[in-house]
Amino acid sequence: MTKILFMGRLRDAAGAEIEEIDLPTGIGTVGDLRAWLSARSPELGGALSSSSVRAAVDLEIVDDAHSVQEAREVAFLPPFSGG
Amino acid sequence: MIEVRITGAALDPTAELAALPRHPGVGAVASFVGYCRAEAGDEAVIALHLEEYPQFTAREINRIARAVSGKYALERLLVVHRAGVLAPGEPIVLVAAASAHRMQAFAAVEAMMDYLKTDAPFWKRERRASGSVWIEPSEEDRRRRAARSDT
Repeated sequence: MTKILFMGRLRDAAGAEIEEIDLPTGIGTVGDLRAWLSARSPELGGALSSSSVRAAVDLEIVDDAHSVQEAREVAFLPPFSGG
Repeated sequence: MIEVRITGAALDPTAELAALPRHPGVGAVASFVGYCRAEAGDEAVIALHLEEYPQFTAREINRIARAVSGKYALERLLVVHRAGVLAPGEPIVLVAAASAHRMQAFAAVEAMMDYLKTDAPFWKRERRASGSVWIEPSEEDRRRRAARSDT
């Protein structure tokens, strides 16, 4: 099982903060996962496709070519807003 | 020494500053407190929701704090940041820097705030009478961050 986290405004589009899934065959990278999630829900797809939404695999920021095969947790992160 | 804390409980800046240990070589402590606004434009703010990503958020702020502390030769850097639901008027963040002389302390606090605005993994949602709005860094915040190269 892989835990998918939708932070900030992505949660509104995803309808949930956390989703636990068995990665379907063929989902090898962060980019694949982004495309698969987007195809499932147009609303989430619109939010996820922004280049300002980064991904973290097991708490490390990675690019879309990074593997998710061994990932325990993949988080999608809209722009940060601290302070 | 660096201390970073993220807390769901109320932040008391006066108590935090009073408890700040002072190394004999410290001649200056500068601090900044950010507060939750009560108004957004002409609308009243009901509450501010600050979402963190447990572990990740604290680690990223620690990384920024180490870079700032190193650059400005601080004796101490304290960052206390709220998470959870805040009422208007409540403190959101306290940054305090202790150094031998005032210039490093002032500069370090300003730098730390510039980084926190765009690089601290929080997500802010303002609850207003007309509904909820996600708050992202302003153009000014992004411009100030882009002008820095400490990290």
